[in-house]
Amino acid sequence: MEWEAVIGLEVHTQLMTKSKAFSGAATQYGAAPNTQACAVDIALPGVLPVFNKEAARLAVKFGLAIGAQVNRHSVFARKNYFYPDLPKGYQISQYELPVVAKGQLTIDVDGQEKVIGITRAHLEEDAGKSLHEDFRGMTGIDLNRAGTPLLEIVSEPDLRSSKEAVAYLKKLHQLVVWLGICDGNMQEGSFRCDANVSVRKKGETKFGTRAEIKNVNSFRFVEKAIDYEIERQIDVLEGGGTVVQETRLYDSDKDQTRSMRSKEEAMDYRYFPDPDLPPLVLDDALIEGVRATLIELPDAMRARFMSQYGLNKYDAGVLTATREMAGYYEAVVRESKADPKIAANWIAVELSGFLNRDNKDITQSTVTAPMMAGLLKRLADNTISGKIAKEVLEAMWAGEGDADAVIEKKGLKQITDTGAIEKVIDEVIAKNPKQLEQYRAGKETLFGFFVGQVMKATQGKANPAQVNELLKKKLAP
Amino acid sequence: MHRKTLAELSAALHKKDISSIELTQYFLARIGRHKALNAFVTLEPEKSLAQAKAADALLAKGQAPALAGVPLAQKDIFCADGWRTTCGSKILSNFVAPYDATVIRKFNDAGMVCLGKTNMDEFAMGSSNETSFYGPVRNPWNTETVPGGSSGGSAAAVAARLAPAATGTDTGGSIRQPAALTNLTGLKPSYGRVSRYGMIAFASSLDQGGPMAQTAEDAALLLNVMAGFDPRDSTSVEAPVPDYTAALKHSIKGVRIGLPKEYFGEGLSPEVAQVIEAAVGEYKKLGAEIVEVSLPNSQLAIPCYYVLAPAEASSNLARFDGARYGYRAPEYSDLIDMYKKTRAQGFGSEVKRRIMIGTYALSAGYYDAYYLKAQKLRRLIAEDFRQAFETCDVILGPTSPTTAFKLGEKSDDPVAMYLSDIYTISVNLAGLPGMSIPAGFDGKGLPVGLQLIGQYFGEERLLNVAHQYQQATDWHKRIPKGFE
Repeated sequence: MEWEAVIGLEVHTQLMTKSKAFSGAATQYGAAPNTQACAVDIALPGVLPVFNKEAARLAVKFGLAIGAQVNRHSVFARKNYFYPDLPKGYQISQYELPVVAKGQLTIDVDGQEKVIGITRAHLEEDAGKSLHEDFRGMTGIDLNRAGTPLLEIVSEPDLRSSKEAVAYLKKLHQLVVWLGICDGNMQEGSFRCDANVSVRKKGETKFGTRAEIKNVNSFRFVEKAIDYEIERQIDVLEGGGTVVQETRLYDSDKDQTRSMRSKEEAMDYRYFPDPDLPPLVLDDALIEGVRATLIELPDAMRARFMSQYGLNKYDAGVLTATREMAGYYEAVVRESKADPKIAANWIAVELSGFLNRDNKDITQSTVTAPMMAGLLKRLADNTISGKIAKEVLEAMWAGEGDADAVIEKKGLKQITDTGAIEKVIDEVIAKNPKQLEQYRAGKETLFGFFVGQVMKATQGKANPAQVNELLKKKLAP
Repeated sequence: MHRKTLAELSAALHKKDISSIELTQYFLARIGRHKALNAFVTLEPEKSLAQAKAADALLAKGQAPALAGVPLAQKDIFCADGWRTTCGSKILSNFVAPYDATVIRKFNDAGMVCLGKTNMDEFAMGSSNETSFYGPVRNPWNTETVPGGSSGGSAAAVAARLAPAATGTDTGGSIRQPAALTNLTGLKPSYGRVSRYGMIAFASSLDQGGPMAQTAEDAALLLNVMAGFDPRDSTSVEAPVPDYTAALKHSIKGVRIGLPKEYFGEGLSPEVAQVIEAAVGEYKKLGAEIVEVSLPNSQLAIPCYYVLAPAEASSNLARFDGARYGYRAPEYSDLIDMYKKTRAQGFGSEVKRRIMIGTYALSAGYYDAYYLKAQKLRRLIAEDFRQAFETCDVILGPTSPTTAFKLGEKSDDPVAMYLSDIYTISVNLAGLPGMSIPAGFDGKGLPVGLQLIGQYFGEERLLNVAHQYQQATDWHKRIPKGFE
């Protein structure tokens, strides 16, 4: 029996506003507990919410970026439930009328492009945090996060594997960070994901019963949780059982999901329009104002890098992974006037190697764009060879200064003086009469041996092209 | 001294005939003598006198605002920094507000003195002041009867002249009905005219604070302070605030007063009807034109209100969970048990009844039949008023179908209690301004209130029509026996 998974994702992204969605308190992460919770956030009697319109601008930006319809009129609703980290006893969210309607995102899995539908994106406020450890049988409540604006982005059930789900998540993550609406920090909970997973026989058009997996907050865990859940559901069905609709929690320590509450225990949130807040009305001026600030999006930029700079898809993808990376690349090309393909290789392969090794992003690179441009200039003007350039880059990465300083300090300047190279070649030939004889007798593979000897004698500094040319002459019978 | 209006007290203070300290002490002493009315929940004489002292300093400099130094009683629904604010409930019996409601801040800025916090129905849910955790308030006109509710403490305090004026809040009639039952002038402004920030929410789309005073002129003076846009309240309206005293003296000749036929039918006490008819006659004498209008959906107001208001309340009152402030049950086994016990012990039965009704109305499977349906009715009721105002400027009718009823008379029959707001509730549903003014007495000597309903943001006209009536009559000057 062949089975097919059907997956939809709900992603909560914290919006990067300075103050909260409905109060003036700061949203900064990491403050001492309850120091960023004002009267509104702790829901004192009598307080009222006032919507922070900046959150709407960020939501609109997202809507425009995924080609969605932005609703001119959307409504805040109350989602009612009791929990100590939800001070009002309800969460302000959007229910029937969200700010962003249908849009889409194109993902790339194993070279295949696939369009994933986005059902909606709506504004809501985050809850506080319950801290169950450290309090000896009691629970600590930190309301600093309470009221932080969230954009909940709901996908269509268009994903068919954990791989596609991760590709979608990564694409979404790239986009919200690119747009500057979310910092994307998954460890701090700025980008969180719930997954709806069901399976059906291949060829079926009806969906199977789904389980919602909560609390999967890294790309790796999303993949593992979905894979586990798909296997579990297939096992249930193949064993003659039925999948029950329920909410499950992913336990990353045990790498499994477990039931949290069944459909019967599902909460009735009693949504109704929040009478404290008028409908969110967005006029054309606001929407067009946001549109005017929209920058080139990652997909468009990748396509442009391929056509404008002649890059392959992989390099173009690496160089447009983040806005900062793309900006770095274009700055290097502009300043060095180097061949864009060579520049791409040095950044996407060589520099990225160091970044990955030391777990840094491009903004933390010790080798700045002007420094990289300086290196490429020395390469282009033959001051150093490609091999030496790698050595120089490593020194630059280690903080030993810019390319010229490293070359100077280490004496890495390329030898291009024909006389000097000839002198070395003569010495090498004199030392290796046997190889010379064999070469001249027709064993041409020995040419590489001579090149190697010359480079060794010059500590790699001899210009390789000149070495080749001169060697050929000298070795000729 | 206690018979003086705000306007008169203001003049006396500015002329230095009396100091704010003296005035405040005078009223505090009077409150102390009439504790049996149970009009006040919390008194803080030191705080009141400190405010009075500050007001006297301002008055001495000669730059004090009009009402500086005048004492005022505050309904215990408004948060006042440093004051215990209970909302008539056990669940807030230990809650000291750490901030000022916008209305309180405005009164403080005006230099007025807070005399104390007045008793009220628990969370403003009631029409008799009998649902208060702090005990019922007695009507100074007959202490065996109720003062109305939910602003019953404020009503009794002003009626007995324990305070020259007070604040109230009105979700379905809670300013107008007690004003009617105690011979006061009470004004519920248009929804959005007065900030709700810091006013503990009952039903957010209906709640509105307003003045309870001896005269329309005093109500205008207080509204001048209270009204205005508040950036902290997204439902407050950004419209200019006129000087509400400016139009009081205008003639009402030719003003069209509409009598809704639905307000004079079954259920209205004949004695109340008689008083209202006499008042209509007075208005004719003043040159007003009387027209009949119809509000055909009036009978739907009570069912509509008793879906919407509890629905909003069920959510608004969820924050009282014992977790962060207020009462918490002394013993519980776990979190859910803490919620259950705290709320079971902290709320009274009427509040629990409404939380249950509201929770039910919002539940999956019932939402469309109750909440959505009620929202549709609400629009029909508002539309009735819109059409009526095509042929009249002000609508006139009774405030309450009866005069003050006996303590305990309706407390076991919630529907009978709800019907006492039958003429006031639709005004809240439509968001319109409404007033109750004294218009006479029944055979037992209990006051009858006349209700005036204005167009949206038509408080000026409403106050003008009320003031002109008070120039021609003296009902509003009558004071209950034992309190002269």
